[in-house]
Amino acid sequence: MKKAASETLAALAEKIAGRFAYGVASHEFAQDELVLHARRDQIQKLLTDLRDDAECLFEQLIDITATDYPARPDRFDVVYSMLSVRLNTRVRVKIATDEDTPVPSVTKQFSSAMWLEREVWDMYGIVFEGNEDLRRILTDYGFEGHPLRKDVPLTGFVELRYDEALQRVVYEPVKLPQDFRMFDNLSPWEAMTTVQLPGDEKAAKQKLGTINYRTKDKGVS
Amino acid sequence: MSTRELVSLNEATGQMTAVGDETQIKPYTINFGPQHPAAHGVLRLILEMDGEIVERADPHIGLLHRGTEKLIEYKTYLQALPYFDRLDYVSPMNQEHCFALATEKLLGITPPLRGQYIRVLFCELTRILNHILNITTYALDVGAITPALWGFEEREKGMEFYDRVCGARLHANYVRPGGVNLDLPKGLAEDMWAWTENFGKVIDDLDGLLSENRVFKQRTVGIGAVTRQQAMDWGFTGPMLRASGVAWDLRKSQSYDVYDKMDFDIPVGKTGDCYARYLVRMMEMRESLKMMRQCLNEMPGGPVKSDDYKVTAPPREEMKKSMEALIHHFKFYTEGYHVPAGETYTAVEAPKGEFGVFLVSDGTNRPYKCHIRAPGFAHLAALDFMSRGHMLADAVSIIGSMDIVFGEIDR
Repeated sequence: MKKAASETLAALAEKIAGRFAYGVASHEFAQDELVLHARRDQIQKLLTDLRDDAECLFEQLIDITATDYPARPDRFDVVYSMLSVRLNTRVRVKIATDEDTPVPSVTKQFSSAMWLEREVWDMYGIVFEGNEDLRRILTDYGFEGHPLRKDVPLTGFVELRYDEALQRVVYEPVKLPQDFRMFDNLSPWEAMTTVQLPGDEKAAKQKLGTINYRTKDKGVS
Repeated sequence: MSTRELVSLNEATGQMTAVGDETQIKPYTINFGPQHPAAHGVLRLILEMDGEIVERADPHIGLLHRGTEKLIEYKTYLQALPYFDRLDYVSPMNQEHCFALATEKLLGITPPLRGQYIRVLFCELTRILNHILNITTYALDVGAITPALWGFEEREKGMEFYDRVCGARLHANYVRPGGVNLDLPKGLAEDMWAWTENFGKVIDDLDGLLSENRVFKQRTVGIGAVTRQQAMDWGFTGPMLRASGVAWDLRKSQSYDVYDKMDFDIPVGKTGDCYARYLVRMMEMRESLKMMRQCLNEMPGGPVKSDDYKVTAPPREEMKKSMEALIHHFKFYTEGYHVPAGETYTAVEAPKGEFGVFLVSDGTNRPYKCHIRAPGFAHLAALDFMSRGHMLADAVSIIGSMDIVFGEIDR
């Protein structure tokens, strides 16, 4: 049954890639989930078509989020998760952008996009062009910066306290009484586990475990 | 006797002037919350009112923002799990379940059957506890006190089961990738069975108090009605979507663990108003009860978590005897486990709707990114359009029917 489901999904992927070639650059399967890599400027049309096409009917925009890869020139991936209640299928649409390039807003097409785009703006600082209410949503009034970017430290930059003398809350730079502790814990011998040592063939067959996750295709580097 | 004149005070001049028929009442703005019993947490609502009619509602959220997603990026997979208890603190296990399923998907492991049954058993218990809390506090919002008093007593009994299985009433940290942390303690299954035998009566009692209650119906019927189209557009899930007539339940359509073995129905509302949402939740409690009984009946013996000791802790007893198990134990609790690079969006049917985790792994022992899709976030976003044209008191009714918990919305 599971195989049949993935075959239908593969057929759907081919269909989408063929029909909406203007917007879909490529597609892939991640853990049996369909991911479409889309062109940024076509995102409005693509999501609308995915919703309205009789063979797709992705009527719900469930989620928008972003992923930050600071090493890439287009550092952000904006990820749209869509759900088709009719076909019982999900699809993820991804577009890439950087800090300065705005992404076309889909608030006109999907009402749920309003708060989701506000959240992505708040957390990552990605601008959505055409969103008429792009205010911060989760962070404090008057907050500066975009906390989920990878270059923002976990502690942030400011801390606040109630000042008895001023009778209000004041913001101050973060002062850590001791250094921020970041335990790495990564084993230096980790890399050895993927190497087959001579005379150590038995180690590949695990006594205790049933599944060795290190031998998966996308194993640990 | 002279005719009575309406007068108004001119604040600038301090003079009283007569008010004619054509006097306009200016639209005004009121601030609702952040500390308000009907706000179900820390919701600040800016309401633009025309008289007593809501013209626009602007929810200000984020007052409970704790940066969960950022914190998870700095924790191992094992350390990240307890954060999920603290999102929607009314249904902790369902959220742990979602994160556990996402991690399992990336690891490519499946928990043993008994572990899956225990998960489903406790997810359904959690659903009942969640719905009791929602229905009774909702009734409290619209003026009925008795359901809260009766319902919370029953809820406390459910909490005791939580306590017995994991040692905590709320923050369970019980559902782990690879299964559940420990097997059910002796006697718990029997006690839960005894509880399920009586609980139907409690639902009947709540039903009797509310379903045909005149005041309750006046406050809920026809209030905040959402059509199927609107529910789709606003990304509604769970009881909110089902109340609008969409028979959609992830437990059925994209079933996980042993839900495909469960025999249950999906209650669907017709009108999409607050009353329909209430009824859907009432019916869901009965279905959950049915599933709990089925789980208890069919639960097989055997291990409750995967015996791959790279991803689950080895048994205590083994650890005392075997060097290998000791090393596994040490590595598991310090370094954690490495999750193969990849990404997944895994969703479960939490009591409030679709709770999803978008997990990106880079092959190390920490998530590269973990985005949490909270059902309440989408529902609260729709408050503006749902409360437009309704009275102020109806806005409270609508908020109550959404089943909002700020832990998950603000994250």
